[in-house]
Amino acid sequence: MFKYLKQLTSLVAMVAVLFTFTTETMAAKKSKTLKNTQKKGFVRCGVSQGLPGFSNADAAGNWTGVDVDVCRAVAAAVLGDANKVKFTPLSAKERFTALTSNEIDILSRNTTWTLSRDADIGLTFVGVNFYDGQGFMVRKNSGYSSVNDFKNGISACTNLGTTTELNMRDFFNSKGISYEPVTFEKADEVVAAYDAGRCDTYTTDKSGLAAQRIKLSSPDDHVVLPETISKEPLGPVVRQGDSVWEDIVRWSLNVMIEAEEYGVNSANADSMKTSDNPAVKRLVGAEGELGAALGLDNDWSLRIIKQVGNYGESYKRNIADTGILPDRGPNELWTKGGILYVPPAR
Amino acid sequence: MKLDYKNLLPQIITLLAVVLVFGFFSYNAQVNMENRGITFGYGFLSQESSFDVQFSLIEFDGSHSYFRAYLVGLLNTILVSVIGIILATIIGVVVGIARLSKNYLIEKTAAVYVEFFRNIPLLLQIFFWYFAALRALPLPQDAEPMLGVFFLTIKGFFVPAFIWNNLDIFIYSVIAAIISIIFVKIYARKKQENEGKQTPVLFISIGLLLILPLLSFLIGGSSFSIDIPVIKQLSKSGFTYEGGIGLPPELIALALALSLYTATFIAECVRAGVQGVGKGQKEAAASIGLTPNQVLKLVIMPQALRIIIPPTTNQYLNLTKNSSLAAAIAYPDLVLIFAGTALMQTGRAIEIVSITMLTYLTLSISISILMNWYNKKIAIKEK
Repeated sequence: MFKYLKQLTSLVAMVAVLFTFTTETMAAKKSKTLKNTQKKGFVRCGVSQGLPGFSNADAAGNWTGVDVDVCRAVAAAVLGDANKVKFTPLSAKERFTALTSNEIDILSRNTTWTLSRDADIGLTFVGVNFYDGQGFMVRKNSGYSSVNDFKNGISACTNLGTTTELNMRDFFNSKGISYEPVTFEKADEVVAAYDAGRCDTYTTDKSGLAAQRIKLSSPDDHVVLPETISKEPLGPVVRQGDSVWEDIVRWSLNVMIEAEEYGVNSANADSMKTSDNPAVKRLVGAEGELGAALGLDNDWSLRIIKQVGNYGESYKRNIADTGILPDRGPNELWTKGGILYVPPAR
Repeated sequence: MKLDYKNLLPQIITLLAVVLVFGFFSYNAQVNMENRGITFGYGFLSQESSFDVQFSLIEFDGSHSYFRAYLVGLLNTILVSVIGIILATIIGVVVGIARLSKNYLIEKTAAVYVEFFRNIPLLLQIFFWYFAALRALPLPQDAEPMLGVFFLTIKGFFVPAFIWNNLDIFIYSVIAAIISIIFVKIYARKKQENEGKQTPVLFISIGLLLILPLLSFLIGGSSFSIDIPVIKQLSKSGFTYEGGIGLPPELIALALALSLYTATFIAECVRAGVQGVGKGQKEAAASIGLTPNQVLKLVIMPQALRIIIPPTTNQYLNLTKNSSLAAAIAYPDLVLIFAGTALMQTGRAIEIVSITMLTYLTLSISISILMNWYNKKIAIKEK
């Protein structure tokens, strides 16, 4: 008997360890995510594997883009420093699993908000940071000027596991065109295959087409067709079940948009503390107790504006100045003819 | 049999530990899924899939269910595995024998091939065949027809298709031919055992395989016409082929990469097998008057196969599992369609990954069983 005592003890110890883990999992406290983030000292953010303008790393490993700025804003609000973000590049296929399995706390990866994603798989979309729509890119010398020129047998390259795949089917079905879908896991491979001539058209969100076009061997030989075949509201996502964290991410984004609306930017934020407009004073933390409601201090929004900038600055820096989409289109404020409209921060 | 408690105890403890660990994992998953509002169930399999697939052996479009999407992926995985296994075996045997050649050039070429292909990661080879080789292929409008009817282009390999009339009669005739060949074989063996006379089984078999299907055309009423691919203009600069069968370049690149990679290992198995047969066996066989062909067929190969089969089984299993790298180059296999698109659209990670794992397990075990059966059949029967 004693011969197996050692094995037995180690087994008991193992079981005991397992049960400790289990009890901890069950005692989910209010905003465990916030607590964990503060303890770790960085925000865990899931981004794309490289989409210029949205989330793209330079040679030194610095991430930039409008999606990246959402995570930076949260880091500024929660940790006081916009640079305290750990970015995890994810493929379209991996992104939701990474979030639900607790590898990341925010998914800010040009992800389309749909009912089934929001309701079915344990995710919560907190807002829209880019209004997009699916389009088609073709070769200029093909003579296509509209999607109505497409003929039976056309082959279309796209990314695997995206709403694009579904929209593409809806579109070609409604037109009664038979097509050949060629779907890759990584965007770079889609670009390479389209570039090689494997496909007649490359379809994805129009912002994506504009960004990926730069990667083609001769970008000027390609053109994005004018039609938009779907609504693609892209926005940050969090795990379902932590409403405090959800609020923090939602309002970090909203503050950036509202700051632009009230003309508060990274340069003038400090001086706005003495503004006459109470809405502006609330935005920079000079009035009200908005931070406390989120479990943060009162300077959280000021830090976002100072360190990351307002939405307009972020857009200009990442998307307009890089030549991807100089025209803001629907992503202009509602006061200027766009559809960016966020609830008031009060 | 007397129960040996001393040996039983550690086994019970191990079993208990395994059950506990699994229990913990499923309990933990359950609790976490509940916390995040994720439901569990296989009901989604009957839902409409609403995505299309580039290449499938059975009819499929978005109006079919996720289960059918699973079948499409499974069949595509099996297709590329079967093609890969056949090609890898042929190349492997040829190269393996070439490595034993006394001709310096042949031996060295085979050796270089083996060392080169088995030492480069498979994924890189797949990328090479797909992206590098693909770029070198002509656009559909520039493709030179091979034998007038085959077109190898960047959009795929377009081959003529057979359109059959009364295909069933043709198939019956082939089945009849196969059955009669089996009878001829049995008869030939009996005749050799009883009278010591040999029957030219091979020639009779070939004859049967030619004549019976031919009869089905002449009297049975089966016939076929050939559907040759025709070029079609899509736009000013874009073309494709219509008609015939279009094999996607993804399938070709994947099958090529898998078979060239796996063939190197099979070649080594074959070389080891042949070298493992004692030199004396060959000399003894020659000394009793067997022709060189008979020596190879009756003495060397049966013994070499015993050494070749078990490691080759491993290679077949590897090839099948490696086919899951297809996802990298858009070949719609099980991983791409089911563990990729379907998983993404439904979000049912645990369900889909479990089904996919079970499927690969079943595939691998089936190959194992088949190969073990064959191995037993050719093993030395000690009397």
